[in-house]
Amino acid sequence: MAVLLLAELTGGALAVDATAKALSAAKQLGDVTVLCAGASCADAAGAAAELDGVARVLCADDAIYGNGLAEPVAALIVSLAGEYEHFVAPATASAKNIMPRVAALLDVMVISDVSGVVSGDTFERPVYAGNAIQTVKSTDAKKVLTIRTSTFDAAGAGGSAAVEPIGAAADPGLSEWVEDKVAASDRPELTSAGVVVSGGRGVGSEENFALIEQLADKLGAAVGASRAAVDSGYAPNDWQVGQTGKVVAPALYVAVGISGAIQHLAGMKDSKIIVAINKDEDAPIFQVADYGLVADLFKAVPELIDKL
Amino acid sequence: MIDFTPSEDQLAFREMAEGFALNELRPNAIEWDEAKHFPTDVLAQAGALGLGAIYTRDDVGGSGLGRVDSVMIFEALAKGCPTIAAYISIHNMCCWMIDTYGTGDQRAAWCPKLATMDTLASYCLTEPGAGSDASALSTRAVKDGDDYLLTGQKQFISGAGTSDVYIVMARTGDAGPGGISAFLVEKDTPGLSFGANERKMGWNAQPTRTVNMDNMRVPAANMLGAEGKGFNIAMSGLNGGRINIAACSLGGAQAALDATVAYMRDRKAFGKALIAMPTLQFRLAEMATKVEVARTILWRAASSLDAKAPEATTLCAMAKQFVTDECFNVANDALQLHGGYGYLSEYGIEKIVRDLRVHQILEGTNEIMRLIVSRSVIAEN
Amino acid sequence: MKVLVPVKRVIDYNVKVRVKADGSGVDLANVKMSMNPFDEIAVEEAIRLKEAGVATEIVAVSIGVKQAQETLRTALAMGADRAILVVAADDVHQDIEPLAVAKILKGVIDAEEPGLVIAGKQAIDNDMNATGQMLAALLGWGQATFASELTVEGDHATVTREVDGGLQTIKVTLPAIVTADLRLNEPRYASLPNIMKAKKKPMEEKTAADYGVDVTPRLQVVGTAEPAARQAGEMVGSVDELVAKLKAAGAI
Repeated sequence: MAVLLLAELTGGALAVDATAKALSAAKQLGDVTVLCAGASCADAAGAAAELDGVARVLCADDAIYGNGLAEPVAALIVSLAGEYEHFVAPATASAKNIMPRVAALLDVMVISDVSGVVSGDTFERPVYAGNAIQTVKSTDAKKVLTIRTSTFDAAGAGGSAAVEPIGAAADPGLSEWVEDKVAASDRPELTSAGVVVSGGRGVGSEENFALIEQLADKLGAAVGASRAAVDSGYAPNDWQVGQTGKVVAPALYVAVGISGAIQHLAGMKDSKIIVAINKDEDAPIFQVADYGLVADLFKAVPELIDKL
Repeated sequence: MIDFTPSEDQLAFREMAEGFALNELRPNAIEWDEAKHFPTDVLAQAGALGLGAIYTRDDVGGSGLGRVDSVMIFEALAKGCPTIAAYISIHNMCCWMIDTYGTGDQRAAWCPKLATMDTLASYCLTEPGAGSDASALSTRAVKDGDDYLLTGQKQFISGAGTSDVYIVMARTGDAGPGGISAFLVEKDTPGLSFGANERKMGWNAQPTRTVNMDNMRVPAANMLGAEGKGFNIAMSGLNGGRINIAACSLGGAQAALDATVAYMRDRKAFGKALIAMPTLQFRLAEMATKVEVARTILWRAASSLDAKAPEATTLCAMAKQFVTDECFNVANDALQLHGGYGYLSEYGIEKIVRDLRVHQILEGTNEIMRLIVSRSVIAEN
Repeated sequence: MKVLVPVKRVIDYNVKVRVKADGSGVDLANVKMSMNPFDEIAVEEAIRLKEAGVATEIVAVSIGVKQAQETLRTALAMGADRAILVVAADDVHQDIEPLAVAKILKGVIDAEEPGLVIAGKQAIDNDMNATGQMLAALLGWGQATFASELTVEGDHATVTREVDGGLQTIKVTLPAIVTADLRLNEPRYASLPNIMKAKKKPMEEKTAADYGVDVTPRLQVVGTAEPAARQAGEMVGSVDELVAKLKAAGAI
């Protein structure tokens, strides 16, 4: 059966990574038609047509889709609904706004944050903040899904699907865009950041902490520090991760020059993936790390920044 | 049948107090202890939630709750910081005393602002030469026209120097309890001064000072209750004060126990988590049992106070002695199970031990509690 | 203007989640339950609108088991004026799906005619992030999800939304649905006197059948499992190997 994949657009351009990852999931369900809805989105549609496994691309180029408002985009998808069984989008803030609305208009349940495709009607998804993985089987004739992109590889390039312009659906006219504010380059807040890079006593000085900050900026990460680093004056107190500091549980935690005192582990042990870089191969941090690298941080970190 | 199930209301009170304790007190408790910081801004937040006058009547801004409700609330607050919870409990006792023994004017003048904790209160009974034998106090109040002139010194006064109003027990008559009257003294009264903040083992987040009175002029209208009734007033407040302090020990012990279980899950020795070691599991069982028995006698004593039962004084003394002793032991065991980390301030356990230690001494030492209990046992038989 | 706030009773935020051994779900028996944290933010926002003189009445609605009345009491103690409990399940393990919840809420809204609905953006149990959007669809109303700022002016609301990479501000015509994100506000504690007063505030009890809604799930839960356990850590020999491993794990 046919699948309609809503392409993710950022500033009118195709967000290739998110769209290509959702495409990997969508391809398992049937022939994929990509829908590009935006203002002046012909280039985005062209880019989508080049993704491997796309059967065709619909391009709804209209000012009303320019800011991704949920009501007009959902109305457009519903107007196309007849020929599709699956409606798929990457689980971005934009699609999570739109897809449940689509599902309700089709009188079906939405299945958010799908992390695994078992079959055409059965999917895995995390619940309870990832503390459990639920497998659900849809009894609805049509399935509306958002795909957790981190668990799917991006589909490659090499496709050459036809791009078909389509007209806009009626605008429900319920909301209007006022402005977008792109987040300043400020680092994310420590406790809610998806990635945290922390430095310890091994960093050696306040000046050397700049290296930790560069790695953090490369990863779009927040910066943390062990108490030893804070007490030594290398880092401000509000960067402290640990028993008396902040407790963090990011998707990726990079501990640099941190030995791994139990007080520090208390603040980061629930991180999804822990990387440790330390020159002491017996450092306790390696006992909790998923990936440990015994190396001089002043050589390894610049190399890491370079290769990311 | 006896029902130990908290009511829906009590669960809601406790949930609120615990949320406040864990979010507003616990994250700062170690820092306040180190800096000897008395967080009056946070006390005002507590006041806005009705925690400053929990068992004061509602016509003067109190929350109008009972003693069982109160000990549940103080236990929850103490999970965040026993020191702050204990100060709030002393403040509550003062507000209740004014509500119970004050004239209409006194109630209207003081209770509403004490309830919000914008105004703080201290209780002044103990003297350098009169501790457990408080009825031997020597602070004198001499009638002078429409006023009294107070001269003397009060010792170990919580909140002194910061509090805005002091309930002072002073001698207006002969030696012995019948010669004592209670006075409401405002902070800016000429002749009133305070000693230095005492350096002490725990309870660092609230000031403890001497209160000095030198020919301090207090209007006769500020007498709380009738002349000669001061000692009765002081003692009646203490029944509640004792179970409140015990509740603060209970909350501290429960927090230490909870922290210990979490620590033992994470901490490994000899290749396995501490929590998996049967001998240590037995230690946890003993600690948990002590905490639960302590809670049971505390609720019983509080319930007897709510019922104005004749045995309330004895039960409150039993509860104060048992709960503060056993909860100190539980906190100390928690420190032991944390090993060297328990001795570091970072884990917060040594602070709980230091804070709970004084609960065995104040509001009547646990020796005085045994005296009260033994007298009643002997009298009954 | 009347503001309606749906609130859900969920496992307490601080409770460690345990998957049942038979894989049928998460164990909720004898577990502390509380109001969904995002819903607390929604209630707080409604109270602030009332304090600002914009809202005139706040109606809290909960759909689920009978014990959800405790959650409604919390909303009333915080400052909601009255509550509607829609009993739709008799077992705490039976989660009512967002589509059914939205249909019941539509029934409540048709009767109550609020000018604004503020909901939490998602419940921390099923993490579906759908009820607000679905309700907006069923009502044919505009939606402003993931709100970090809300201003009501005349016949519309201006909402700043948390989107990927920054913030988006939109205007929605009222009546509309707003869903609350974490930074919208910091919810207050209910004071002791307000907890007492909450007992006297009206709470109406309804059932799903009163609104003619079939709550049979559209998604059958085939199984619930613990997430894959953390694999034993491994040492890597070089930065290149580290980068390769992180890419393979989807971490970068």
